[in-house]
Amino acid sequence: MTSSDTRIVFDGVSKTFDTDNGPLTVVDDVSFSVGDGDFISLVGPSGCGKTTMLNMVAGFMQPSAGTVTLDGEPIRGPGAERGMMFQDYGVFPWLSVEDNIAFGLKLKANRVSAAERRRTVDHFMELMGLAEFRKAYPKTLSGGMRQRLALARAYAVNPQFLLMDEPFGALDAQTRTAMQDLLLNVMGEVRKTVMLITHSVEEALYLSSRMLVISARPSRIRRVIEVPFPFPRTEALRDAPEFAELRSEVRDMVMREYAAQEDQARSATAARTQQA
Amino acid sequence: MTVSPSAGHGNAERSAARDQAPHRRSRPVPVMRWLRRVAMFLGPWLMVLAFWYAIRYSGFFEPGLIPTPGQVAARFWDMLSRGELLIDMYMSTQRVFVGVALGTACAVPVGFLLGWYKGLRSFMDPLINFFRALPPIALIPLVIVYFGIGETAKVVILFYAAFFASVIVMYEGISQISPLYIRVAQTLGASDFEIFYRVIIPLAVPHALTALRVALGVAWATLVASELVAAQEGLGAVIQDASAYFQLDTIYMGIICIGFIALAMDLALRRLTRRLLSWQERND
Ligand SMILES: Nc1ncnc2c1ncn2[C@@H]1O[C@H](COP(=O)(O)OP(=O)(O)OP(=O)(O)O)[C@@H](O)[C@H]1O
Ligand SMILES: [Mg+2]
Repeated sequence: MTSSDTRIVFDGVSKTFDTDNGPLTVVDDVSFSVGDGDFISLVGPSGCGKTTMLNMVAGFMQPSAGTVTLDGEPIRGPGAERGMMFQDYGVFPWLSVEDNIAFGLKLKANRVSAAERRRTVDHFMELMGLAEFRKAYPKTLSGGMRQRLALARAYAVNPQFLLMDEPFGALDAQTRTAMQDLLLNVMGEVRKTVMLITHSVEEALYLSSRMLVISARPSRIRRVIEVPFPFPRTEALRDAPEFAELRSEVRDMVMREYAAQEDQARSATAARTQQA
Repeated sequence: MTVSPSAGHGNAERSAARDQAPHRRSRPVPVMRWLRRVAMFLGPWLMVLAFWYAIRYSGFFEPGLIPTPGQVAARFWDMLSRGELLIDMYMSTQRVFVGVALGTACAVPVGFLLGWYKGLRSFMDPLINFFRALPPIALIPLVIVYFGIGETAKVVILFYAAFFASVIVMYEGISQISPLYIRVAQTLGASDFEIFYRVIIPLAVPHALTALRVALGVAWATLVASELVAAQEGLGAVIQDASAYFQLDTIYMGIICIGFIALAMDLALRRLTRRLLSWQERND
């Protein structure tokens, strides 16, 4: 990767929250960069600060120290070029499936003609298998369908980046694999630069070009794993022996981090009970 | 934990959702179902009637102090056929309507601001709760001093009651709007103004409708008090006149009329709400 196609850069980023129990450092001196077209996965224990990092890229939060830059400019707020899929879907309950997908296309930032909007909406409904639910409200959709709808809505405005926060975390195993393949498919059509948070090593290796293993809180980058499998990827990869080998190796490493986070939680509880 | 609130929906609903949505069931209702529906509808009223007769003939009270449902119905028919009752109903409904319309029209924007700006809310909260607690009847003398004894005075009292009841509903609702949807809109490129009218307004509508419904209920409950202000016509006035002459059947009739008109308006509003908010998840 040459420096010219570097897009997002974390440079010595720390984030500290003020909580009732004093300041809590969640991200500690993290540096890495995301190149154009990269698919980066962040894997790390619950509560370690992954969402916080993604929120800084989205522009919802500012770092306490260091900078997060996009094309050399510090990120000051959210923008349409950075689409986000949230941990809990965030489909608009008051809008039908088609109006959810069309939402972004009606905004001034990405306004298109009504005809083109209809074409885009139809295209993504078809692609995500939502066509027969065009007029349905999200309350009648299953979890997997809501997730597909959120993906369609994010894709419809054609962002350069896709920030995904455990997008498939709430789905059952079958739906989850189907969604992963769907994502690969859609990515094959229009490639994006992606940052994906997940707890699943398999998912991270299957989808991404690079995987960052994050430590227990505060977040530090423990390991960077370049995933060697070429794109486009197909389902056959899941059964390939080299995939299985890498997966078990990485899984061990990740397990250790998760165990460390648990120890941390346990000793914090112990300290609190001793005080009392 | 990383399980999102809607996680539970996924598996169980999947097949059901696929089969049903977005169609609605439209099976013809069998006779038994229809009968049950009628029974469900009439049941509570028959219970009240039974209770009424039971009290009347139990001997706890002097029989002369409790008119029978038949006497009350006769009274109703009598006043209705002379036309005066319609005028009373009309006057009362009109006052409630104007009071509620003005009250919620002010409460919705005020409640919205209070719900949205936390600082403003904690600043105003004591005041709102202070005024909300005051019984409208206690304010009547002051209202008469400042607004006279005309139509304005009555509407002012209803306005007062409607406003303070609905402003609380509104701001409680608005303050619970999830920031998630605002963030989603931001990542799609929405400006502040677009967020306001494409996200916040749709999310505020349900609370505005609930506020309206609460205001309507409170206004009917305050009607008699407002018509203490020298009202010639109106259901509250009917009740007061009747009490001066100890016409118990008329008092009963007036009370029942208020109850039924309030009920009808509430039902209509609920219908409308359901129509407007068909997107909401609810368990009914
Ligand atoms: N606004 C905030 N104020 C205070 N503390 C916060 C705030 N946001 C996050 N935290 C804390 O920061 C820590 C990291 O949170 P974050 O949401 O980034 O975790 P995560 O890695 O995404 O975890 P998960 O995998 O469970 O989603 C948590 O301990 C959380 O309580
Ligand atoms: Mg998270």
